[in-house]
Amino acid sequence: MLKIENLHASIDGKEILKGLNLDVKAGEVHAIMGPNGAGKSTLASVLAGREEYEITEGTVAFEGKDLLEMATEDRAREGLFLAFQYPVEIPGVSNVNFLRTALNEIREYNGQEQISAKDFMALVREKSAIVELDAKLASRSVNEGFSGGEKKRNEIFQMAMLDPKLAILDETDSGLDIDALRIVANGVITLKSDKNATIVITHYQRLLDYIVPDFVHVLYDGKIVKSGPKELALELEEKGYDWIKAEFQH
Amino acid sequence: MNLETIIPEMAASVNWKLEGKHLLSEDLRKKALSVLENMPFPTTRTEAWKYTRLAKIRNGNFVARQEQLASNRHQIDLNAISLVFVNGHFASNLSSSHFPDGIKLLALSQMEVMELSVLGNTLPLEGELFNAFNTAYATDGVYLHISANMHIKPVIEITHIVTGTNTISHLRNVIVAEAFSKAHIVQQYVTENANTCFTNVVTEVSVAKNAFLTIDKLQYEDESCFTIATEQVTQATDSNFTINTLTLNGGLVRNNLNIAVNGQNCETHLNGAYILKGSQHVDNHTVVDHTVAHCVSNELYKGVIDEKATAVFNGKVFVRKDAQKINAFQSNGNVLLSNDATVNSKPELEIYADDVKCSHGSTTGQLDDEAIFYLRARGIGEKAARQLMVGAFVGDVFGKLTNEAVKTRVDQLLQERFEWDFVG
Amino acid sequence: MGYTENDLAKDLENSEYKFGFTTNIESDRAPNGLNETIIRYISAKKEEPEWLLEYRLKAFRIWSEMKEPNWAHVHYEKPDFQAISYYAAPKQTKKYESWDDVDPELKATMAKLGISMEEQQRLTGVAVDFVMDSVSVATSFKAKLGELGIIFCSFSEAVKEHPELVKQYMGSVVPVTDNFYAALNSAVFTDGSFCYIPKGVRCPMELSTYFRINEANTGQFERTLVIADEGSYVSYLEGCTAPQRDENQLHAAVVELIALNDAEIKYSTVQNWYPGDKDGKGGIFNFVTKRGLCETNAKISWTQVETGSAVTWKYPSCILKGDNSIGEFYSVAVTNNYQQADTGTKMIHLGKNTKSTIISKGISAGKSQNSYRGLVQIHKNAHNARNFSQCDSLLMTDECGAHTFPYIECKNPSAKIEHEATTSKIGEDQIFYCLQRGISEEKAISLIVNGYCKEVLNQLPMEFAVEAQKLLAISLEGSVG
Repeated sequence: MLKIENLHASIDGKEILKGLNLDVKAGEVHAIMGPNGAGKSTLASVLAGREEYEITEGTVAFEGKDLLEMATEDRAREGLFLAFQYPVEIPGVSNVNFLRTALNEIREYNGQEQISAKDFMALVREKSAIVELDAKLASRSVNEGFSGGEKKRNEIFQMAMLDPKLAILDETDSGLDIDALRIVANGVITLKSDKNATIVITHYQRLLDYIVPDFVHVLYDGKIVKSGPKELALELEEKGYDWIKAEFQH
Repeated sequence: MNLETIIPEMAASVNWKLEGKHLLSEDLRKKALSVLENMPFPTTRTEAWKYTRLAKIRNGNFVARQEQLASNRHQIDLNAISLVFVNGHFASNLSSSHFPDGIKLLALSQMEVMELSVLGNTLPLEGELFNAFNTAYATDGVYLHISANMHIKPVIEITHIVTGTNTISHLRNVIVAEAFSKAHIVQQYVTENANTCFTNVVTEVSVAKNAFLTIDKLQYEDESCFTIATEQVTQATDSNFTINTLTLNGGLVRNNLNIAVNGQNCETHLNGAYILKGSQHVDNHTVVDHTVAHCVSNELYKGVIDEKATAVFNGKVFVRKDAQKINAFQSNGNVLLSNDATVNSKPELEIYADDVKCSHGSTTGQLDDEAIFYLRARGIGEKAARQLMVGAFVGDVFGKLTNEAVKTRVDQLLQERFEWDFVG
Repeated sequence: MGYTENDLAKDLENSEYKFGFTTNIESDRAPNGLNETIIRYISAKKEEPEWLLEYRLKAFRIWSEMKEPNWAHVHYEKPDFQAISYYAAPKQTKKYESWDDVDPELKATMAKLGISMEEQQRLTGVAVDFVMDSVSVATSFKAKLGELGIIFCSFSEAVKEHPELVKQYMGSVVPVTDNFYAALNSAVFTDGSFCYIPKGVRCPMELSTYFRINEANTGQFERTLVIADEGSYVSYLEGCTAPQRDENQLHAAVVELIALNDAEIKYSTVQNWYPGDKDGKGGIFNFVTKRGLCETNAKISWTQVETGSAVTWKYPSCILKGDNSIGEFYSVAVTNNYQQADTGTKMIHLGKNTKSTIISKGISAGKSQNSYRGLVQIHKNAHNARNFSQCDSLLMTDECGAHTFPYIECKNPSAKIEHEATTSKIGEDQIFYCLQRGISEEKAISLIVNGYCKEVLNQLPMEFAVEAQKLLAISLEGSVG
């Protein structure tokens, strides 16, 4: 589904990603872990198409298409979803209006009919239940005045609404208490199928107790330096990142 | 004689100490004089003077006079380097004579060689009556130069004392903080046995690359006196400038603070507190002009107005074209304590760049009766309760003061003038 | 990649004025210029009583002594007041007995404006007064309103039919001497709308006036007078368009609202005068004086969506004379290309327990300049007065300007005044967030802008809100909508 080869990316002339490779297939869950500053969030931003980053080398294929050539919104319409580390507040724009616009634009792109108001509301009810999101939040302005936990739950709710092929969760667990973490994780698991894939970017192992990854990758200094089964996450949690640093420092 | 006729007559009457080596170049003085000739006295129809009537100054009968004082009882910080001026003239008997390395501090009148090519360069004269007046007739002032890389530890204290009846003083100060230097200046304006005096001060300040400069401006003149004080400041790249204006007395006080932020990555902090009673009229005009990108400015002015006093606040922030990534904040709060008190507030933003974050806020209200009742119910007397509330309101401005001696003096002056007693 | 800010700017430039057609109707017009003879000509044409002629002549003499103001944050070439025709009327001025009598060209004009009267009548039940080149041409729903004692007619008709009301209230809120343009209007106004709601009557429908400038080299000087008698309520809508012309045309209107004890007036404007082309050529100079007077317990609420005009100079104001009276001002002002707007409000608190709310949302695009100028004045006896002001500015390009000039004057310690203002750019983070959800940049900006204006748009009656949203879209077409 997603194939990243030798990806190099820099911002303001500083290289952050230095030859990253990753292969994600439908039905898989990949966890990307690593210390602060390793390039985890950069990877998420580059895949979603943030313009501040310059791609200096490498390719990214998404369902066989060249992802890097696509505009941000087209990547989204092709089925790439990013759950933001810091969800953005948009005053005055209701969550419902926001999602309906998004859903209809995606449908239009894919040659589908606009969703009726009735079907849309039914969908909102169904999907908001997945993350136990208060229905009232759906009519409030996007993320405005939401608590940290509500924002993260709202991200997963949006993911449920838009039903992407590939979801990238950027530090979705940070700032959540254990109950909220469980709700978010359950949401992600519910949405999982053999047709979609998930990349979980995280600093901590605890999210992976709930969302069990098929592969764990360690990102360090702009490259994936180690990959392994889910047990690798536990090892990292135990030993910290210092041993990775020691091993790969040059 | 009143001010409209005083201008030509003063030239003859003022003891012009710098005869032959004027503070300001002959050209500049000529220009100033021609502005004075052609300019009408501002009225409340002039936007910049909308809320401040100048009739008392306009109709005053002022005289220039030199006076010797035996001692300076106003010194705030005993460890300070101190210069004292009386009625616009340098008082060497009251001033420090030794200075630490890296600092050049003397009265303009003492300077042998005029190396002051910067003097008057940044000060607008056209349409600015009091700037022109000062440029034409300044008698003396401070020249302060802080060398590059020098951190001056002691406070530099400049005291302007005015005495007598109908005394007119014109002071011109020049402060240059060179690159990477750091200094703290206290300027205070006080009076002794003074009555209906008029002081017109202009201070030109240049803050060079990465320099840190703080000025505490403490105004405590007699309630019958008039002061117009202008600070014309330019900031270069990476510099940091703070000015705290504390107005605790004075009949008519107009402060003009003009900051031109000409370098990137600058910080500018303007704080002000005014606590007024009687028939005081205090007018703070500030202009922060962001001409380049990536700067921060913060402005916090708070006032408490009692009896028949009037406060005016007019803060203006310009963000010029291409001055992107500017964060500018401005806040003005006022508490009116009496039925005859007035406040006029005009916080303005003029923005020509798009990637900016600017905001201003202005509030006007009275002390919260509920809160006072609550305090009283806990056994605090009404006077103490009001003192606490007023103290809390202006406290965040006083909290910006870093020099302990200045804080102590402010407390002392508030005690002396108000006994912290604010009648509602 | 994608739709960039540059594309956006281009689209903005190219979005054309949708109401730039002219209507070919023969018209009756005065020669250019202004003097006492012209004023007598206008007055005679309108078959006015002597007192009104005197009123006009007095205003003219006062105006002749006045200077055009220049304190506003706008720059333009001052109009030549002698090069304007002060009277232009569609030639056929006889009254229409029924809708069918109306000139088909006129009907077509109205249809193009989206206010087809048949449709309006059938679907919305809005009563419409249509003023073209200063002359009121049709008023609908008159009979129905008449049953309730509501008078809704052209200003000229009111002068003839209800002179006592006109005489009593005209100039009572905006005196002839008020300002340069008000004085000019008082001298040369040709028509406008008049509305009177009797005691205790709640007007059952929205009353609506459409203003249109059609003729070249004319100015429009209409006058609106709305009187809400004790305990009554009325919601009044006003829309404006003008054809596309290369020269600047002057619109100097006066609107006076009088809300007597316990009355409420809601006055909504969607102003879309021709703004000039993308190079700043042509467009309407919109110099308007709007003011309302509130007696005890009365309420006046101004809502405006301003997208048109080359230069706007407009401050709908409330004089809160009566105790417990309320003034409100909700405004969205959009400027694009070379448009300049200096707009805001004045809230004059005279009575006790008076309240005012100001919500102003400015949007600047292109090379435009958009200023908020407002006055909150608390007089000595206005005990417990309250004001809340919020003035936000949104910047779309780095060549435009957004300015805030609030004047706050307080002479009473029991007043509570809060003013907040912010200026910001449409957040790149916000746009990126929308893009990542598959929403196009154009739609994203539209969503954000409409969200930003929501507090104001919510104040408009439903059918007007839809029109206003469309207008926002047209004004910032291609991106910002």
